[in-house]
Amino acid sequence: MSKHVVFPLKDLPPGNRKVVNIGGRPIVIFNINGEFFALLDRCPHQGGQLSCGQLTGLVEASEPGKYCYSRPGEILRCPWHGWEFDVRTGKSWCDPSRIRTKSYNVAVEPGSKLVEGPYIAEVFQVTVEEDYVVVEA
Amino acid sequence: MNVASLGAIDCDIHPALPALKSLLPYLDDHWRDAVIQRGVHELNSIAYPDNAPITARADFRGSGRRPGSDLDLLRAQALDHFGSRAAICNCLYGVQLLFSEDMAAAFTRPLNTWIAREWLDREPRLRASIIVPLQSPERAVDEIEHWAADRRFVQVFMPAMADRPYGRRMYWPIYSAAERHGLPIGIHAGSSYRHPVTAGVGWPSYYTEDYAAQAVGFQSQLTSLVCEGVFSKFPKLRVVLLESGYSWLPAHLWRLTKYWRGLRMEIPWVDRSPTEIVRSNVRLTLQPIDTPGADELLKTIDHIGTDGLLLFSTDYPHWQFDGDEVLPAGLGADLVRKITVDNPLETYLRIRETLAW
Amino acid sequence: MNIEVRDRSDARPVASHPTTIADCDIHQSPKELKRIYPYLERRWQRHIDEYGVIPRQAYQAGPAYAKGQPDASRRDAWPPNGGRPGSDLAFMAQHHLDPNNIELGVLNMIRPHPGAFPNLDLSAAVCRALNEWQIVEWTQKDKRLKASILVPYEDAPAAVSEIERCAGRPDFVQVLLLTRTVEPMGQRRYWPIYEAAASIGLPVGVHAFGFGGSPPSGGGWPSYYIEDMVGHAQSAQNALTSMVIEGVFERLPNFRLVLIETGFAWVPALCWRLDNIWAKLKSETPHLKRRPSEYIRDRVWLTTQPMEEPEVRKHLFDTIEWIGWDKLLFASDYPHWDYDEPARALPLAIDPAQRSKLFLGNAKAVYRV
Repeated sequence: MSKHVVFPLKDLPPGNRKVVNIGGRPIVIFNINGEFFALLDRCPHQGGQLSCGQLTGLVEASEPGKYCYSRPGEILRCPWHGWEFDVRTGKSWCDPSRIRTKSYNVAVEPGSKLVEGPYIAEVFQVTVEEDYVVVEA
Repeated sequence: MNVASLGAIDCDIHPALPALKSLLPYLDDHWRDAVIQRGVHELNSIAYPDNAPITARADFRGSGRRPGSDLDLLRAQALDHFGSRAAICNCLYGVQLLFSEDMAAAFTRPLNTWIAREWLDREPRLRASIIVPLQSPERAVDEIEHWAADRRFVQVFMPAMADRPYGRRMYWPIYSAAERHGLPIGIHAGSSYRHPVTAGVGWPSYYTEDYAAQAVGFQSQLTSLVCEGVFSKFPKLRVVLLESGYSWLPAHLWRLTKYWRGLRMEIPWVDRSPTEIVRSNVRLTLQPIDTPGADELLKTIDHIGTDGLLLFSTDYPHWQFDGDEVLPAGLGADLVRKITVDNPLETYLRIRETLAW
Repeated sequence: MNIEVRDRSDARPVASHPTTIADCDIHQSPKELKRIYPYLERRWQRHIDEYGVIPRQAYQAGPAYAKGQPDASRRDAWPPNGGRPGSDLAFMAQHHLDPNNIELGVLNMIRPHPGAFPNLDLSAAVCRALNEWQIVEWTQKDKRLKASILVPYEDAPAAVSEIERCAGRPDFVQVLLLTRTVEPMGQRRYWPIYEAAASIGLPVGVHAFGFGGSPPSGGGWPSYYIEDMVGHAQSAQNALTSMVIEGVFERLPNFRLVLIETGFAWVPALCWRLDNIWAKLKSETPHLKRRPSEYIRDRVWLTTQPMEEPEVRKHLFDTIEWIGWDKLLFASDYPHWDYDEPARALPLAIDPAQRSKLFLGNAKAVYRV
């Protein structure tokens, strides 16, 4: 595992997502209200691109007929069969211990720190004035 | 194989009401009079045409009497012959198929009384399901409450198909009462014919299709019970599928669970996989054994993922097997014991109370 | 707030299947029904403008079971240039046909299939129009694609006319019905359709769905979309039972049936049950000369989607062994949400000969392509 500088922070405003390729792996990064999450962009079911899926909230029920909606925007539904993944952990909701997509640590680092290394900047120059999104993969 | 030495629990036999007039002594004055005044006909369901081959095995027919209506014959052929220590009576007289809820309620109490007096009182090995007037869930609960203290009643009886899918909340008072009293719900083959007996394709032409369609009806009901959250709301409730022909179960669970993974948010109270729910809360009686041989039966059990769901039954006097071939050979003693004794006793607490396990 | 992935050129093609395949269930759609007007008589254009097309369902826009995804489609199948999923041939080629190595794609037009319309004249007219539209705008433009003849199946004489009208055109590989017919589809009111198809050497494909008017369960109307979806396997079992027990296969020695989008793992249990019941109730159906499972083995094929998913993968292998490797036709159901991905859907290590049959050979044999 190593840390990859994937793009400047300004390229991913809140409410958006970006897909990057790190070592052949497609990874989708979300900015949800200033928090960042990174998941392998491949559903463990049949390989659907999770980045094409909708973010939704968590629907639970204390008993039949009593719906409880929480965590808006933190559940990612695969665009194909609709399997739900917790964007924070990559775990599926239907079988969290056995079905998940890989989740990666992601952070925002200032350029001043990054120029010291050891980071891999895939395609662009890092400047000390900007912040960057860094994925550990 | 011959099971006579095993002390089996037979979870599905059918003592038969000889005729409506046998019920008259148990009806109240008004209804006894109505039967006669209005010329009420017999209430035998088309699910088992009287003389059709499956309705009774030739050697179980007896002579001149309705098959299953003679206690002595039932003792000899169903109980003694198979060595059963207990057998559950599921009376198929079609009082649940009436449209009028008043009439249904007025007939089910007498029918259950007839079962208690003329069968349970006379033969200690017998147990029974409580027939309930489904037309009115409230009155069905009354019927359960009336019989619950009699521990020889071990189950609540519902036909395979009725007005609405069985997971629907209108039926929940029945499940609540059943769970409270430790009574499984027994759902038995045979529709009440409110709807075409198929899943959205209309009324079939042949009895052969109707009987085949019963298995499909069970699949739909299982889907409903799971998806509506009956087992979330009533976690201790057990449901037993009677005469459903279990071989369809694995494929159905694979499909239902697959769809649940993607549509969970539509039914969020289903908080574990349908396969797990069925394994914990649903059981199925053995007959008809639709699998052609021991190998397919063993693979089906393997596909279900547990050997704890099958409950021994003869389905007397229906014709499901010839001679003593109530179980195929080659199943292994452990599995045979599970099917004939352990699984039934684990399911029917009220039987377990009275028998050594 | 949700956004579309901004740069679609990032979207890499899905993993290809290693060999070319047949996809026996693809759903094309006009962008809107008006697009078929050039193929439709003015009298019916005016009718549709005023009254719409109304199957036996509560809402103009769709059934009373709200779906799980918009238009019951994959989220990533909406064409970038607009229109419904499945309405843009160029996008379908780029998104699905090319990356999945599809050499044969069978189009099953079901949204709508006019055979389900209770107005039988409207049904016949829109079937005719869609049959022409399919050829001009789909199969003639991409030679990998074949089409299914839509017929007004609740009106057998009109259906036969349409089959005869379309006969001999190599772009059509089957006649298409839906499972939930008004009466069980083995009944004699439908027989002329099967005779006509068999006489021109085409199989009849029966695809899940339809609105025959009865509830999708013998015990009444369920509450949830998931029940309606799971229920298609139940409907298919009843429909197939009807075909067998009514004697369609016995009557028509050349008749072949393909069940589409019904799943397949239920087949062995149904065969066993029908054989068991028939063995006892033979006297009711003297017209049947063979065991039900024999008719099914000889004359029925099934597409694979939605493939059932056992916890233990080997169990699916057992099931396919019971059914027969030559009986299954791979299908994706593109662009619907419960799609099966060709490279990933079959979770078994199977030998190349079996793989080749299931993914291509069986389809070419059944559709004679």
